[in-house]
Amino acid sequence: MTDFAFVRSEMTAAQPAPNRSSGLVAWLRKNLFASFSDTILTLLGVLFLIWAIPPLYGFLIGRAVPPGGTVEMCRVENVGACWAYIASEIEFFIYGFYPMAEYWRPNVVFALLVLLGAPLLIPKVPFKVINAVVFFVVFPVVAVVLLSGGSFGLREVPTEQWGGLLVTLIISVVGISLSLPLGILLALGRQSKLPIIKSLCIAFIELVRAVPLITVLFMASIMLPLFMPQGMTVDKLVRALVGVTLFSSAYMAEVVRGGMQAIGRGQYEAAQALGLGYWKRTGLIILPQALKHVIPGIVGNFIALLKDTSLVYIVGMKDLLEAVKTKNDAIEWASPTQSVTGYIFAAFIFWVMCFSISRYARYWENRLNTGHKR
Amino acid sequence: MSDVSAAVVDRNIDRQKMTVSQTDVAIDIIGMNKWYGDFHVLRDINLKVMRGERIVIAGPSGSGKSTLIRCINRLEEHQRGQIIVNGIELTSDLKRVDEVRREVGMVFQHFNLFPHLTILQNLTLAPIWVRGIPKAQAEETAMMYLERVKIPEQAAKFPGQLSGGQQQRVAIARSLCMNPQIMLFDEPTSALDPEMVKEVLEVMISLAEDGMTMLCVTHEMGFARQVANRVIFMDQGQIIEQNEPEAFFSNPQHERTKLFLSQILH
Repeated sequence: MTDFAFVRSEMTAAQPAPNRSSGLVAWLRKNLFASFSDTILTLLGVLFLIWAIPPLYGFLIGRAVPPGGTVEMCRVENVGACWAYIASEIEFFIYGFYPMAEYWRPNVVFALLVLLGAPLLIPKVPFKVINAVVFFVVFPVVAVVLLSGGSFGLREVPTEQWGGLLVTLIISVVGISLSLPLGILLALGRQSKLPIIKSLCIAFIELVRAVPLITVLFMASIMLPLFMPQGMTVDKLVRALVGVTLFSSAYMAEVVRGGMQAIGRGQYEAAQALGLGYWKRTGLIILPQALKHVIPGIVGNFIALLKDTSLVYIVGMKDLLEAVKTKNDAIEWASPTQSVTGYIFAAFIFWVMCFSISRYARYWENRLNTGHKR
Repeated sequence: MSDVSAAVVDRNIDRQKMTVSQTDVAIDIIGMNKWYGDFHVLRDINLKVMRGERIVIAGPSGSGKSTLIRCINRLEEHQRGQIIVNGIELTSDLKRVDEVRREVGMVFQHFNLFPHLTILQNLTLAPIWVRGIPKAQAEETAMMYLERVKIPEQAAKFPGQLSGGQQQRVAIARSLCMNPQIMLFDEPTSALDPEMVKEVLEVMISLAEDGMTMLCVTHEMGFARQVANRVIFMDQGQIIEQNEPEAFFSNPQHERTKLFLSQILH
């Protein structure tokens, strides 16, 4: 008989887990004062906030001139942000040189964008297919007819007069909606077994990625007309749209390809063994998984695209940032903090848009996370 | 030789319906050869499988067993010879390949369920998109097969939430939903814990009892003895020996077979 032989005669019953430490003190101790070095870092952080917050508050709110203020108020010494300037020029920042009498047209487009776009983004809302068709087919047509006019008794407004947030949003929404599908096609093409398609896709991706966006926009601006028949010109906005979309799609292609490489061979084989052909295999099995893997990369591209729209001033479009820059030089609001306030405003609008995209993507990441939850 | 005699299931296996057709050829492989680059993986394979046969393919790793059955639904291409499945010869013609794949189910060592779809969606995907069956009907069939593999309660879960044995049973049910005439099994129990092997084998036995034509690459010699009507032994890309299980295990002829059996059966 060895002394380690053992047979359990009764099973130990499960016991409740020990109490979790909670409450303010426990939280503080765990997160802020866990060790000596943590305590030092916490104190340094508090000192930084004490140093940074009061002047920021003073500039943005305390000494700032609220909307409705006059330019004289903005010209006093040691003044804060001149919000009165933003408020008085807000229409130019939103619509650019769009005729004031026609502001209702962009407004309708903005409203449609929200009314049709939001239900598309919220998974619970039904009729997704109809919604998508309306948003991606009907809405663009309506938007173009409404904004450019020239038909249905609407006054014609050339795109040279469009500007501000309107242009930024148009380029962003179109660029985001087109660059992902285009990028997916390029990624598939790059992995194609057909040599011509494969080389074309590789050539496109590598060419576009090796060139700065500014150059692409110049090319879209100068080269595109060369391919057009004599006398036919391409609208500036369309040039910007084409440039931004193609540029972004090349990056998107590589992100998507990265996601596809993370899919094991077994998934392809299982789909093949069930008799699913190439497009069904790709669309139903491979892409849903691959895209899920690379949501952070895709979102990074979307955000980069949104911010890159500020480069379209190169082809002569007045986007939000360019509109702000224009008004920053306006004499009637000339004051010490005029341009700083303008840039803070532009930065804040960009931040709101980019941060929304980022949060929305996080929501989808959590929603699609089926792999590990038990 | 304890492993050989160990029964897979305690009950009597009903061999009544396990009839082998004398005339109906399910798979015909004639002088088939395959290379990976310069490496000759399959050499002069000749194999005629009649409808209703249950064939176990055994052999050391690297002997080409998996490659052989993967050639049957053209997950691998052969370079010489002919493979005719259900009367359709496999060539580079993709239409014919898909036609064959619709009728040939396959179960993989690592299950290969689609992790982004629920169990029910895993089962209905191919019937809906390949066969064009209405969703409601496909779901009804899927539930029937889930009952059959004894996990209907898991229908709404995702594959990542199931145990290995459950996943493999789902994988078998997924194949069955396409109503295949032939089933290929590529080491279906090799990635499973010992306690789960039995539940998968049980499903495979019940399939055999229904008269399914089956080709199984497996190391489960108990299953081979109880269910198979033919055991094929492969080494270095060739079929070295084939026989009825009884004779194969009790009286192997080739030296390589004897060595293999002596090593896996203690």
